[in-house]
Amino acid sequence: MSALAVEDLTVSLAGRTVVDRVSLTVPRGCFAGLIGPNGAGKSTLLRACLGLVPAKGTIRLDGAGLQDLAAGHRALHLAYLPQERETAWAMSVEAVVALGRLPHHARFAAPSPRDRAAVEAALARMDLLAFRHRPVTGLSGGERARVLIARALAQETPVLLADEPLAGLDPQHQIALMRLFRDLAREGRIVIASMHDLTLAARWCDRLVILKDGRVHAEGAPQSVLTAPTLRDVYGVTAVIETAAGGLIVQPVDLAGEGEAG
Amino acid sequence: MTALRFQPVLAVLAAAAALLFLLSLAIGPAGATPAVSLRALFGGGEELMVLVMQEIRLPRALLGLIVGATLGLSGAALQGYLRNPLAEPGLIGISASASFGAVIALYTGLSALFALALPLMALAGAMLSVFVLQAMAGSDGRPLTVILTGVAISSFAGAMTSLVLNLSPNPFAATEIMFWMLGSLTDRSMPHVWLVLPFTLVGWALLLRLGRALDALSLGPDAAASMGVDLGRVQRLAILGTALSVGAATAVTGAIGFVGLVVPHVLRPLVGAQPSRLLPASALGGAVLLQSADILVRVIAPDRDIKLGVVTAIVGAPFFFWLVWSHRRSGL
Amino acid sequence: MARRRWLGALLAGLLLPAPAPAADPAPGRVVSLNVCTDQLAMLVARPGQLYSVSYLARDADNSAMVEEAGAYLPNHGLAEEVFLMKPDLVLAGTYTAHGTVSLLRRLGFRVEEFPPETSFEDVRANLRRTGALLGNPARAEALVTAMDRELAALAAEKTPRLRTALAFSNSYTSGAGTLVSDVVRRAGLENIAETLGMTGLARLPLERLVLADPQLMAGVPTPAEKPALADQNFAHPAYRALAARTAGAPLENRLTVCGGPFTLKAARALQAAAMRAARASGAVRAETEKTTQNQMPKVAPSTGGSGQAAARSLAALPLLPALHAVEGTPE
Repeated sequence: MSALAVEDLTVSLAGRTVVDRVSLTVPRGCFAGLIGPNGAGKSTLLRACLGLVPAKGTIRLDGAGLQDLAAGHRALHLAYLPQERETAWAMSVEAVVALGRLPHHARFAAPSPRDRAAVEAALARMDLLAFRHRPVTGLSGGERARVLIARALAQETPVLLADEPLAGLDPQHQIALMRLFRDLAREGRIVIASMHDLTLAARWCDRLVILKDGRVHAEGAPQSVLTAPTLRDVYGVTAVIETAAGGLIVQPVDLAGEGEAG
Repeated sequence: MTALRFQPVLAVLAAAAALLFLLSLAIGPAGATPAVSLRALFGGGEELMVLVMQEIRLPRALLGLIVGATLGLSGAALQGYLRNPLAEPGLIGISASASFGAVIALYTGLSALFALALPLMALAGAMLSVFVLQAMAGSDGRPLTVILTGVAISSFAGAMTSLVLNLSPNPFAATEIMFWMLGSLTDRSMPHVWLVLPFTLVGWALLLRLGRALDALSLGPDAAASMGVDLGRVQRLAILGTALSVGAATAVTGAIGFVGLVVPHVLRPLVGAQPSRLLPASALGGAVLLQSADILVRVIAPDRDIKLGVVTAIVGAPFFFWLVWSHRRSGL
Repeated sequence: MARRRWLGALLAGLLLPAPAPAADPAPGRVVSLNVCTDQLAMLVARPGQLYSVSYLARDADNSAMVEEAGAYLPNHGLAEEVFLMKPDLVLAGTYTAHGTVSLLRRLGFRVEEFPPETSFEDVRANLRRTGALLGNPARAEALVTAMDRELAALAAEKTPRLRTALAFSNSYTSGAGTLVSDVVRRAGLENIAETLGMTGLARLPLERLVLADPQLMAGVPTPAEKPALADQNFAHPAYRALAARTAGAPLENRLTVCGGPFTLKAARALQAAAMRAARASGAVRAETEKTTQNQMPKVAPSTGGSGQAAARSLAALPLLPALHAVEGTPE
C-alpha cells in the first residue's frame, strides 16, 4: 500500500507519555494537517517518525519498515522541516539548498549532475533563482522560509514532514505555502504538516488529524473533523464554522463555557 | 561560484604558510644569510650552524606550523559544532585545562619518568574541560552559557596551575606561569615535535571528518539529524579531536589564545561561510597567523623571550571586542 | 697648637655623651638576616659575637659555610624574631625585605645593609666594612690579604685563555659586572657573555651560545628532583650536542651566590678545568693534525664532519625521558 503507516506509536519522555498509541495512515497524494493544542504531542509525533526520539510501535512506508533503517537511509525517504528556522552561518541560498543533497552523495564526492539538477529544480520551484548567491542571513522571514523548504525539496523524498511551517509568516506566504504543500501532494508525495490555523487547515488539507493528550482524537476530512463539539472538547473554544469562498472558514471566537458571545 | 573561490583561497593560504615556514627558518639571533641557513639545514657547511638549524630553528618552525594549524582547525571545528562564533579552545577553557594537566605531569616529575605522561595528562585536562562544557552548555547551548562556562573553566584551571607551580620546590617554577598561560615556541626541540605530532595528526584526522556534519548542523541539530547526521558521533569526533590536538600542542607550547577565534572569522566570508570548507582553510590560516606571530617576536626583541600569547592577544582581544560590539544587538 | 687641638678633641669625645650606638666599637650581639652577610659575619666575628644567621646559611645550595652555620641560631628574617633576640647590630642585604628593615629601624635597632658583591673588589670592601662594624678590623684585613695572595697566584698561572660559556637555567648567563664574570676573569679565562657585550644577568639565546663555539662550558642546573621548565635548556638536544663536544667546568652556586674568600675556590676550579681541557685538546690536536687535512678553524677537540652533528642530534631523539633529565654539567 502506498502510504505512510504508523501503528501504535508510543513515545515516553522523562517518564511522561507524550504520544500514546497513535495509529494513522496517510496515503500518497494526501496532504494531511496535524492539529491540536500545545503540548498535544504533534512535534514529538513527527520527530518519532523521523527517528529523532526513541519510540515504540511501527512506522512503515509503502509496506517497508523505517525504524530499522540507518539514519542516512531514512533521510532518503523522509524530509523534515523543523521549527528551528535559524541558520547559523551566512551561507549562500544555493549552498543551503544544496545541503538537502547530503543524504544522496558520498562523503567527499563532488556534487553529481543529479545533485545539481535537484538543487536547480528546488530553487526554481521556490522562486529563489534571483537570490541564489545571497547570504541566507540577509533575507526576510518569508524568503528564509522558502529557502528552508527548498532545501527539503532538494532532498527529493517521497515524504515531507513539517513542524509548524506557517509560524511567523504573513498571510500571503502562509497561503502560498499551503498551496505548495497541496501541489506537492498532488504530485504523488505524502505531506504532513502541523499547524494552528484552523481555516487554512480546513481549506487546503485533504485530511486532518487532531491530537489531544498524545492520542488521536479525530481523523478524517476537514468538514467531518472540525465540528463545534470537537473544537470545544479539544481546544476548549467556541467557533464560527461557515462555508465561504469555496471552502470552510473556522474561526474560534471565545472560550467555551464563558457564556455565549453577543 | 563559491566553489571557484575556494580553491584559490586554499592555494594562497598554503603558499603563505610555506613562505612563512621558510622565513621562520631564516630568522634568529645567529644572523646568518638565508643561503647559509638553508645549506646548514640539510647538513652542509659549518657544524655548529647545522646544529642551530636542525635542532633549534627547525623544531621551532615545525611547531609554529603544527600548533598554528591545530589552533585554527580546532577553532573552526568548535565554532561549527557549538554553532557559536565565539567558541575557540582558548576562550572556552580547553587550553587552560590542558596546561593544568601538563603542569601536573611536569612539576611532579612524572614526565621525567615517562615522557608521554606530558601530552597524555594535557589531553586528559582538555577532555575533562570539554565534557564539563558539554554538560553545562549542551550541543545547542546559548552563546552566553558557553562563554560563561568557558570563563569558569579557564579561571579554575589557571588558579590550579598557579597553585601547583607555587608548591613546586624549584625556585623558578612560580614565574613559569607566564609560559603556561601565554605560550612560547622559544628553544623547543625535535623531541617536542615528535611528542606532539602523533596526537595532533590523529586529532586533525578526526576533526576534518566533521565537515559534512557541520554543514548540516548549520540548520540546527534536528534538521541535521533528519538528514542522517549522527549527533553522538559528531560530539565524539569534536571532543576527541579537539582534546587530542589542542591538548598535545598545549603540553609543549603552553596555552596560546585567540588564534582559533580570529582565523575562522576572517576566513569565513572567503569560503562562503561553509563550515566544511572553513576547516582546512582555518588550519592553514592558523599556521599563517601563528608563524607570523612567532616571527614577529623574534624580529621585535631577538634576545628577549616575549610570549606568543602576548602578540595573539594584541591582535585577538580587540577583535573580540569588535565581535561582541557587532553582535550585541543580535542578542548574544 | 695642633697637639692642644687634638687633646681637646679627645677630651670632648670622652666627656660628651656618646651619640647613637653608631660609635659603639664592638657590638656584643650581632644578628645577620642575609646569607651573604651571614658568611661575612661568620668569617670576621669574634667568638660569641655572632648570635644568629639566616636559615639559608645552612642550605648547601646557597651557602659555602654550612657547617659553621650550625653553631648559630637560625632566623627567617622576620622582624618579630629579630626583636626577641635583642641584637646590638643587625646585618642585612640591600635586597632584604624593605618592610622588615625599616620596621627594625623604627624599633630602634641598628641595621647595616650590604649590597651584593659583584666583583672581588666588592668582596674586599664588604669584608673590611664588616670588620669595622664588628670591631675586628685586623681579622678582616688578614682575610683580604690572604685573598689577594691567592688572586695573585691565580694570575701567575699560565692559564690558556679559553672561551668560556656560563649557562644557567632559563638560558641565562652572567655578563660584565657580575661576580661570576669576575671569577672567570681571575681564573684567566674569557667570558663569552662579556665578549658579546652583555652586562649583568642576561638571557643568552641558545643559538648564540652554540655559534659562540665555547671551549669551556660551566653551568649550574637544579637537581632532577625539582623539575621545572627553567632547566629544560640543559636538556635541549642542541645544548647537549654542544656540551658533548666541549670541555665542562664545575661551577658551584654556593661559591658565587655570595662573595667571599671562598669564591676563590670557584676560580681555582675553573682554572684547573681549563688546564685539563687545554692539555686534552693539545693531545688530540696533535693526533688529528697527523691524520686529517681540511679542518674548520674553530672546531674543538671532538672533530668530525658536518654529518656528525646531525647524527648526534638524532641520537638525542629516542632519549625521550632524557627530555627532563638534568644531570650535572658534563665533563
